[in-house]
Amino acid sequence: MSETVSVPVASGASSRRGNWWGVASFGLLAALMLVVFPLAMDVFRLGLAAKYLCLGFCAVGIVLIWGYGGILSLGQGVFFGLGSYMMAMFLKLEAAANADSSSGTALSAFFGQEGLPDFMSWNSVEKLPWWWEPFHHVWFTVAAILVIPPLLAFVLSYANFRKRVGGVYFSIVTLALSAIMAIVIIGQQGYTGGVNGITDFKTFLGHDLDNDRSKVTMYMITAGLLLLCVAIGAFILRSRLGRVLVAIRDREDRVRFSGYDPALFKAFIFAVAALFSSIGGAMFTIQVGLASPSLVGIVPSVEMVIYAAVGGRLSLVGAVYGALIVGWAKTFFSENFVEYWPYFIGLLFVVVVMFLPTGLAGLLDRLRGRAAGGGA
Amino acid sequence: MNFDLMAMQAFTGLSLFTILTLMALGLAIVFGLMGVINMAHGELMAMGAYTTYFTAMFFAKFLPGLFGIYFLVGIVLAFCVTFAFGWALERGLIRFLYKRPLDTMLATWGLSLILQQLFRQFINAKEVEVPTVSWLQGAWAVTEGIALPLSRIFIIALAVVTAATVYLFLYRTRWGLRIRAVTQNRPMAGAAGINTERVDAFTFALGCGLAGIAGSSFTMLASTGPTTGQAYIVDTFIVVVFGGVESLLGTIASAFMIGQMQSWFEYTMSGSMARASILLLVIVVLYFRPNGLFASKVRRA
Repeated sequence: MSETVSVPVASGASSRRGNWWGVASFGLLAALMLVVFPLAMDVFRLGLAAKYLCLGFCAVGIVLIWGYGGILSLGQGVFFGLGSYMMAMFLKLEAAANADSSSGTALSAFFGQEGLPDFMSWNSVEKLPWWWEPFHHVWFTVAAILVIPPLLAFVLSYANFRKRVGGVYFSIVTLALSAIMAIVIIGQQGYTGGVNGITDFKTFLGHDLDNDRSKVTMYMITAGLLLLCVAIGAFILRSRLGRVLVAIRDREDRVRFSGYDPALFKAFIFAVAALFSSIGGAMFTIQVGLASPSLVGIVPSVEMVIYAAVGGRLSLVGAVYGALIVGWAKTFFSENFVEYWPYFIGLLFVVVVMFLPTGLAGLLDRLRGRAAGGGA
Repeated sequence: MNFDLMAMQAFTGLSLFTILTLMALGLAIVFGLMGVINMAHGELMAMGAYTTYFTAMFFAKFLPGLFGIYFLVGIVLAFCVTFAFGWALERGLIRFLYKRPLDTMLATWGLSLILQQLFRQFINAKEVEVPTVSWLQGAWAVTEGIALPLSRIFIIALAVVTAATVYLFLYRTRWGLRIRAVTQNRPMAGAAGINTERVDAFTFALGCGLAGIAGSSFTMLASTGPTTGQAYIVDTFIVVVFGGVESLLGTIASAFMIGQMQSWFEYTMSGSMARASILLLVIVVLYFRPNGLFASKVRRA
């Protein structure tokens, strides 16, 4: 069940010129994100850019698994959500502890256990659930964000790929997963904040999250991490592992007959994408101040795919641009004529799939190829 | 749990089963026979529901004397409208994407977003309700403690009739023969003189038409809103995948099992958790039977 979009094997054709182009486009993206944006935008717009970049983490992961692995995941929101919620649990516990120490014990005695997140008291949950306890510690939180989602992704997808559940079936499984996650979060209001999500954080390790300086700092960290993810992705794709991956995408059974275990490769890259998404989710929660089921379910998960599709499913750098472009378009529409946004994004899905299967990066490549061909 | 309660519980499950069957039949044809994933299937159901709604309004305004039969007209109209839309959709979009199933998912998802917004803007952003015709109001009191709503009984009958018709159509008519021929061996069917492109369009349109019937019957149980379709789409896919694609009987059997599970799970936990558990269960079952519960063991290229 392989897709037959005629796409060049990017890592295979690592000619010197291709190399140069890759480095240049990465450098351009880095300059744009680390220098141009912070200088050109006020803090509010920079915050928006940070938000889109967080979703860009998912898009970069989707390029890896979809563009190069041939796996269409409609459930990246699950991993984004895991990262987002784990970070939110940490921030919320910190906020709750601070609220108690500043307002004295009278209120907390009234509202129940000390250090209990406010929404739990509202839902008459009186004791902190055991699985919230470790999130008092920042190191545990960071480790959990980096380990749990990829581990889960690996186990889950390996089991599926092992049994050769692939193609559209795997997409439906991921779709069901994101539905499950959203349903559980909304259903278990007392432990997860329900449909409102977890919000109202004040500080991160004592640093005020609301002032301009910390916002700029967080933006820079996000941009740096995203560039790191792009670099890791590029490294993977250029390695032999990346070539096997592309081979699996194009002719899985041949790779299997050659003695490889395709499931292992696919599960590995799926785990990497989950890791990226989880980091994006965590950074999102710190900066936007919210972990919400509306970023976990089916609709946001499918929307993440369009970021990668617009930028170009074969371009890691393109995915970041895709996230920025679609994000800005969304803001533009919601500020001006919100009722036309669904038409826009709906058409975007149709048009990109029909006419631009390799996205903007593919378009650029084609133009470049024509220019080079004309010159030679 | 006493007998009455158990009987009611079983009936709820049965009713859910027939609803799921109606929803999944169309998808089973489109996905099972053609291998196309139509993410806008739910919106086609909504389209059928809206057609029924407009039929009701038309009858209430111009033919109040015949209001009793509007629902039957509505079902037929819903089928026709969604069938036509499906045909256009296949010719305009789907046929370019047959070799790219994953891309089809994305394109039809985009379409579903557009349709939802069209419903919201041009029909009604709020949910609309269809008046129940008089002969479907009330319930059939079997015994003292058991009362079965007539509308649900009607839907059960409708599902039986629809499933039987689809079966007979696929296995006893010329068009059905063509559809099966093209599904099984496209080049050979083409060589035998079958216009495969037209069969594709027809099959897809048929699946869409069945979605219209499903949507139409929903109006008796719940109100219709712009996002109604999206709420059902995952369950519908799950039914088809669980049963095993390309097996109509499997689809029906899996609709039965999922309907019963949902109704029994809801007895012990909240409705949303019941849904989550069923989805999880299906994922686990898929691990053990990747081709669905009722897939025939066939090796394919």
